[in-house]
Amino acid sequence: MNHPLNHPLNQPTYKIEARDLNIFYGQKQALNGISMSIERNRVTALIGPSGCGKSTFLRALNRMNDLIDGVRVEGAVTVDGRNIYAPGTDVVELRKNVGMIFQKSNPFPKSIYENVAYGPRINGLRDAKTLDEIVEKSLRQAALWEEVKNDLAKSGLSLSGGQQQRLCIARALAVSPEVLLMDEPASALDPLATAKIEELIHVLKQQYTIVIVTHNMQQAARVSDKTAFFYIGELIEFNDTHVLFTTPGKKQTEDYITGRFG
Amino acid sequence: MKTRDRLLIRVAAVASIASAFAIIGAVFIIMGDIVAGGAGYVTWEFLTGDPTDGMTAGGVFPAIFGTFMLVLIMSIGGIPIGTITAIYLAEYAHQGSRLARLIRFAVTSLAGVPAIVFGLFGLGFFVQFVGSGMDGILSGDGKLVWGQPNILWASLTMALLTLPVVIVSVEEAIKAVPRELREASLALGATKWQTIRKVVLPNAVTGIMTGGILAVSRGAGEVAPILFTGAAYFLPKLPTSLSDQFMELGYHVYIMSTQSPDVEATMGIQYATTLVLLMLTFGLNFSAIFLRYRIRRRTLS
Repeated sequence: MNHPLNHPLNQPTYKIEARDLNIFYGQKQALNGISMSIERNRVTALIGPSGCGKSTFLRALNRMNDLIDGVRVEGAVTVDGRNIYAPGTDVVELRKNVGMIFQKSNPFPKSIYENVAYGPRINGLRDAKTLDEIVEKSLRQAALWEEVKNDLAKSGLSLSGGQQQRLCIARALAVSPEVLLMDEPASALDPLATAKIEELIHVLKQQYTIVIVTHNMQQAARVSDKTAFFYIGELIEFNDTHVLFTTPGKKQTEDYITGRFG
Repeated sequence: MKTRDRLLIRVAAVASIASAFAIIGAVFIIMGDIVAGGAGYVTWEFLTGDPTDGMTAGGVFPAIFGTFMLVLIMSIGGIPIGTITAIYLAEYAHQGSRLARLIRFAVTSLAGVPAIVFGLFGLGFFVQFVGSGMDGILSGDGKLVWGQPNILWASLTMALLTLPVVIVSVEEAIKAVPRELREASLALGATKWQTIRKVVLPNAVTGIMTGGILAVSRGAGEVAPILFTGAAYFLPKLPTSLSDQFMELGYHVYIMSTQSPDVEATMGIQYATTLVLLMLTFGLNFSAIFLRYRIRRRTLS
């Protein structure tokens, strides 16, 4: 039990590392030689103008890009030191470990309970009591339990936009991932619902490694510890969030964060 | 010059309106004629009775029952195969791959084959090849059980004819399932098959039903495929086994209008039988259109 390797402090600091990552859609190169290390239990924000490759990079981390026809990936991405693009990688296992929240909340047209229970169920969990526990725990973690605990049988689609997004977060948490990828999770929400999601990210980072794509620079500044600025498929600058936003090292970063283009 | 142009435009407009009304008119004339000729004969006794007096009087219950059984067995045989093919085309085949293109070509060709060719194929393949082969194995004494026309072979022939309808509708329904739902499932660590089974198919179920209903209404309206494969001129009893022959509404109309000893005497019940058949296919088509409309609306919202 007290073996040094079991001690959390001895785990590598970097949860995810990308090395010389190139991604092509057919002939078009979407990412150009990205190398980037993402720290454990931190929030890393990816910012940049539309089409800069930030979402492509995010979707490379749980291999969701695989679903697109004609996509080609070069280089490596390691999660916990293991290259997820190595031949023989179990993509299904990877995605259980690296969960994803999408821009548009996408609950299944099922009850709130069934939405959260979906992941555990496909993993073969049948025991009703354990399922109940997981559903409650996940909904509590997603700060949704108090609002829905009496309506678990109601359709997930009957919830408000912000609640739907938190339901999707609960659904992702129910399979116990270690990483959460968030693709502009609040872009379709009103300020109040956005604030709730941001609050939630603050709490979740104690247990999870979070990578968030956002269009909203104030949001990046508010929620993240580190920020990466992407531009036309390149990683221009990557630094502590407060450093990047106060003293950007590159002209392009400064232009973008001061709103001179984008 | 200008006056001539304006005149031409006016003529074209009148012509297109006239042809549009001609179509509506044709439907009304056909329907009106059939309703006027047959409505008086469609009684409870007609719907539930047997044909009598050398099929110049009585009811059509055996034909209604036979039609019902035909489309039922056809659906059991055809809808699963069509659905599986559609799943392959929509979810697994690489769009533009050689195999996918071959399947699509086969589906389109199948849809263009005349119904009578299906009938002859059914006779040659199901009755004479499969049926006789089964008799050779199952009953060694040369007794004909499966090697003759029956409701099973007729239903399977009809299933083949309606397969393209099923495949096209189901594929459309599967493609209408939002990509976001698939991604949500896959991102949770579901396999592709789990995603299809638990997310895609439940959300496409109305579309699969639509495909089934369209196939049924198509099948109920066709006569040629069952001519040689199982439809009977007249039967004293209802089919009770898959190896029995059966009566069918469309075929019954054909028989009464061409084979009856007294065609004049059958006019009323011919109209009535046609009316029943039309009501059946129209009803099925409208429910399919309604379901499809609901899917479209859900997809758009």
